[in-house]
Parts: sequence; structure tokens; C-alpha cells
Amino acid sequence: MKLTGAEILLECLKREGVKTIFALPGGVVLKIFDILHQQKDIEVVLTRHEQGAGHMAEGYAKATGKAGVCLVTSGPGMTNVITALADAYMDSVPLVCFSGQVPTSLIGNDAFQEADNVGLSRPCTKYNFLVKNVAELATTIKEAFYIATTGRPGPVLVDIPKDVSMDKAEFTYPSSVSIRSYNPVYEGNKWQIKQAAEAMTKAKKPILYVGGGVVFSGASQELLELAELTHMPVDMTLMGLGAFPGEHPQSLGMLGMHGTYWANMAMHYSDLVIAIGARFDDRVTGKVSEFCPHAKVIHIDIDPTSIRKNVNVDIPIVGDCKTVLRELLQILRATVNGDQRELRKSWWNQIHEWQQANPLAYQQESDGPIKPQYVISRLYELTKDRDPIVSTDVGQHQMWAAQYFKLAKANRWLTSGGLGTMGFGFPAAMGAQAAFPGRLVLCIAGDGSIQMNMQEMATAVVHKLPVKIIILNNRFHGMVRQWQDLFYEGRYASSYLETTPDFVKLAEAYGAVGLRASKPSEIDAVLKEAIAVNKPVIVDVPTYPYENVYPMIPAGGCNHEMILEDPPALKNKQIGAGQVAPKDSDTILTA
Amino acid sequence: MEHIISVTVENKFGSLSRVAGLFSGRGFNIESLSVAPTLDPSMSQMTIVTSGDERIIEQIVKQLNKLIDVIKVVDLNESDFVSRETALIKVHTRPEDRAEALRIADIFRANVIDSTPATYTIEVTGDPRKIEAIINLLQPLGIKELTRTGRVAVARESIRSTGMQAKKIARE
Repeated sequence: MKLTGAEILLECLKREGVKTIFALPGGVVLKIFDILHQQKDIEVVLTRHEQGAGHMAEGYAKATGKAGVCLVTSGPGMTNVITALADAYMDSVPLVCFSGQVPTSLIGNDAFQEADNVGLSRPCTKYNFLVKNVAELATTIKEAFYIATTGRPGPVLVDIPKDVSMDKAEFTYPSSVSIRSYNPVYEGNKWQIKQAAEAMTKAKKPILYVGGGVVFSGASQELLELAELTHMPVDMTLMGLGAFPGEHPQSLGMLGMHGTYWANMAMHYSDLVIAIGARFDDRVTGKVSEFCPHAKVIHIDIDPTSIRKNVNVDIPIVGDCKTVLRELLQILRATVNGDQRELRKSWWNQIHEWQQANPLAYQQESDGPIKPQYVISRLYELTKDRDPIVSTDVGQHQMWAAQYFKLAKANRWLTSGGLGTMGFGFPAAMGAQAAFPGRLVLCIAGDGSIQMNMQEMATAVVHKLPVKIIILNNRFHGMVRQWQDLFYEGRYASSYLETTPDFVKLAEAYGAVGLRASKPSEIDAVLKEAIAVNKPVIVDVPTYPYENVYPMIPAGGCNHEMILEDPPALKNKQIGAGQVAPKDSDTILTA
Repeated sequence: MEHIISVTVENKFGSLSRVAGLFSGRGFNIESLSVAPTLDPSMSQMTIVTSGDERIIEQIVKQLNKLIDVIKVVDLNESDFVSRETALIKVHTRPEDRAEALRIADIFRANVIDSTPATYTIEVTGDPRKIEAIINLLQPLGIKELTRTGRVAVARESIRSTGMQAKKIARE
């Protein structure tokens, strides 16, 4: 039987097991929406902005491990979703984005709402397709899902001209895909794996440095066994949080620019770095020339280009984290016999010393202003038994969440690492909530970043996605303010927001629930109330505006040279000329 | 250091822009690039002349391999290779210079492929030094127009080991 392009798209999505898509209609995709409207198998979440649709698909993908799907129209629909595609590309999120295109006869004519979708998305997708003939549509969609989810995952765009969605073709869905020029390597080189195992048993001061690759490969169990078997400490990147249990005694937490003191010290002084699914990003390496000066480096990654891109690698292993770790474990189980604990005793003593010397710290006075770290600590304590999914936006609150919210499992952490996209958190949380309606989904946000995709509250209300947003409201772009205090003599150029909306009223205006905690003593009660509500909630928490994130490795600094607290000039901050003190009137707006 | 990289790609819409976009997006140099179909019309062959230190070249080879439309990448510098370039040089010739222009063309085994009373168009093929040399000699006569193909190259018959080396780099 012949089907229209739109019907073929629907059939393909069903066969790929897609349950939810995030979408916003427009002229050239009307046929597709019309078909989606007449069926019940796939839920269409109508977003208020295409960027929101893209981030929701990302949140869905990060929480489920499956490809997220979004559908946008041509022209502005496409340009709006670009940020989400770029974000997914940097963080290796499997995403399939369908975009509408003007009819093939008009392509290149500067038609209404025409954009070169394939050209626009080329640098921020793993691959993209323009489907010129409906007969190719099914195969193209199969390839799109295959490319998005295999190898190093990433976003794939399928651009569908209007006439292609309306033309008819015989529908057959290919059962498998073969692309001669795309063959990701899953099995690691055996000899290299043997070398790695040998190095791991010998090293006195090894460190596991794990990233998002472990999460996407589903290798947490293997990682746990490897760490316990070899008694090695584990550093996680921002993207790797949750890959290893945060409360595990061998977890050193996050490393990097705002990583823990001991995670960075352990990295710097180690004699063997075992990087697993991590890419030696500049936020982790600091000054590359002085990165891990004493260490041999083992690098396990499915993407060959990640290896030796930033740092030199002694034992490169191209392959899937899970597959390679299984091979490694097979060797290590036979060779390691309980002597590892003894071998690494002094290394662990050293790490424990570092942990005691500079623990993560903040001071919350009971009648003082609310400290953001306190809010996150309480949120963690109150929710950890419910295995929540946690999303963040980008900035100070993100770093504090990474430091204080210790995740027990993978796929619980939705954050924008590579691109650092403000406005990511809320829609990503909604995507995860759409995938897991019964789960507790938290979004930790700042007052700056939440306003970048606030409009999606309407979507959350309509689709009953009861995401709990906790806004750490300091009326600043806090991370920008921190840098200005540290490196620009406290001149707050465009970092002070002057006014923020009344988030409680804003939530209510959307038909959601708004709550506020104004004193430290109110935090617990308000958070509990928020968690108990089965509706989207905004919890507005006015926090101390001048709190800074520490430790901090200044950009281009070396990993063992961390700033651990406010320099003397910033302590007991005096508001100087050219700076702006938040005025009482602003507090009235939010209190 | 200069490297010549031979890239086999899918002969389809967008392949060239993916390769070009990779070079511009990552700040790699392209000194010259030539593209043409191969014996198999579903593939195209690109010859890219680029430069960079060892790490940059390694990244270029890996990044090219990562592109989904790229079928094969060979860094020809890994072994011995031959390369050629063709130039078409339109020389302005006064009557007293015409014999000299022909003599120069003759020395370089170049052909005159178009002639008018005031010009010769000379076709010359060779390695880049030869092209440079003939240009230098013709310049005093007055070059009106010059167009060069960019280099094409092929490995000498030790290609098998070259292929393996390229794959090894890619795999690492």
C-alpha cells in the first residue's frame, strides 16, 4: 500500500519505539501534524518555542538512553532549534530532529520561511539529510536513528520538504542499516587492553577519570566493579556525574574548574590516569602543559578524535566503554588478588588528608541570608531516597548542584556541559518527566537562566509534567558576577539583573504552583511542600548574592593551584564605586 | 610541515561542504583541494594539501575519518608518493618575445594550447617546483592570467603499507 510521506514518518517513528515527540507546527509540516493528530501511539508535546522542544528531546534522551525526537518547521523553527542541536552535539546526546522544508521546487528561491537547514545544522549535527524523494524517506529515517544512537551518539537532522511529506510511496522499513563509510568500533584492541590492565595493577597512585561516555554506554556496573576490584579512586566530570555512586567511599566527586580539592589534587599527583568516556576538556585539564605531569595516560573512548586531541596518551583504546571495561575486568579478575588495597594504601592516606584539609564548605547562619549550597544540600537530603532526576541550568547553581547533589545512579543528571546552554534545565527536566511520569524530577535553576526558557511553563501545565523548579535567586548572572569580582575589579558589567519577576506570581499566572522560602528555617518545609504537589512548581529562594563557587581553578591555571576561598578583598564585601548593590526595592519584588 | 591527504568520499550532495566545513570550523589549513569522481561513480576522490605539526595532521586524519561521508583517508606523507599539478598560463607576448615564450615552454615540456597574435596560453604539468619555475621565467614577458589545478597525488606502489598506517592512526 502506498503511504504519504507524513504517514511513512509516523510508521517509522512507531517502529523505532518512539513514544513521545516534542514539536511545534508551521506551514510546511502541517501534513505531518495532521497525521500525528489522528493517532494515539505517539504523544505530541506541543512546546512554546523550538529551543524548548530540542532541550526536551535531550532531557528525554539523557534520562532514557534512547534517542529523543523533536519536530520543527522550516525557517525560524529550524534556527530556533539550532542551540539545542549544538548542545546535543557537544554533549553527545542521541537526538533525531525532523525539520520542515519548503517544497523541493522552491528550495533556493528564498521562499517564505525558507532556510538552508542542512547548511545551518551541518557544524552542529553528527549528520544531516535533506530528503528529496519520498521513496527515500523510510531508509533515511532508519539511518538517522542508527547514526544518532551508535558510536559516539549525537544529533541527526532530517529535513523534509513539504511535497515529500505529501507525496506517496510504497512503505517498507529496512530491518537493518549498513553505511559503508560509518563503522564505529566497539571492541577495543586486545593488546592495548592488556597493556592497560598491566599498568593498572602496577600503578601506586592511579585515578579513574570518568565522563559522560560511561553514562551513554551504560557501563556503570562495570565501572563499579573495576573501581572496587582495583581499589582506585574515581573522579567524575560534570557529564559523568552519576556514572559512579556519589556516596561511595571511592568517589572523589567532580573534578575540574569547580571540582573538589581532593579530586583535582589526586588528578594532578597521580601516576596513572585512566580516562573512560571523557575527553580532556579545557575545564578539566586547566593548563594543558602542566596537566598530570607525573602520570601515564590510558584513554578509553569510542571516538578516535577524542584521543590525543588535547593531551598525550600512552595507551589509547578506541572502543565502547562497556565492552572495553568488560574485557579489562576479565583480565583483572584473574590477576588482581587483594593486594591492591595494600599497594594503594599511602595513596588513599594522601587523598584522605586532602579531603580533610579542604572539604567543601559554606557557612549558613540560622538568621542570615540563605546560602545556595544550603538549599541544594537540603534538597539532596530530602529527596535522595526517591532517586530523583536532577536537571540544572548553567552557572553557579549548576556547579553547586554538581558539588552537593550526590547522584547514586547514571541517567539521573541532566546538565549542559560542553555548550553551557542557559535555559537548558527546565525543558530538559520536562523531557525526562515526559519519559518517566511517575518519577520525581527536579530542576535546579538560577534566576537568570530560568528566564531563558520560562515560556515552557505553559507546556508543563498543559501536559501535566510536574517538574519541581528550585530557583536560587541572587538577582545576578552569578558566575559572571563571580568572575567580575575576581578578575574585573568588581565592575558588574551587565551581570546585575536589577529586577526579576515575582516567580511565585509567575508560576501562578501559568496555572502552576509558586512557593517561596525567605529564611533558612523555611527551606525544609517549602521543599517538602513542593515535592508533595503533583503539579509543576516553582520554588523561589532568594539567596545571598555574593556567594562564590570554590574551589576554583582560574582559566588557564594549573589543577593543583586552586582558589579555595574569597580573596581578602572580597571577604566582608564592601560595595565599591561602579558596583551595584541589590536594593531593598528589588527584594520587595521577590519577597 | 606540508602533508598531502587523499580522501575518498561518497559522491553526493554536501560531501565537499562537510570536508571544507571541517577544515574551516577547526581552523585547519587548506592549501589546495581538488575533487573529481573516481572509477566508481558513487565515490569522489579529494586531494587535500594541508600543513601542520604531527598532532594537527593526526587530528585532521581522524576528524576526516569521523565524517560519515568519508570512506577512506590516506596521509600520503606516510610513504612515498608522486604528485602533479597543472597550470594554464596566459602569457602576453610582444612579437619579439614570442620565440622566447615558445623556447621556455619547450624546456618545460609544456604545450601551447591557444594562440592569438598577442598571447600564448601555455599548459604545463609537473610538481609544484616546476610550475613555480616556469612561472618565474614567463613573468618578465608578462603573465595575463594564471590558473592552477592544485595538486593531485597518488602513493607509489607501496600503497598497501600506507593504507595500513593510515588505518592504524585512524583506529588509535
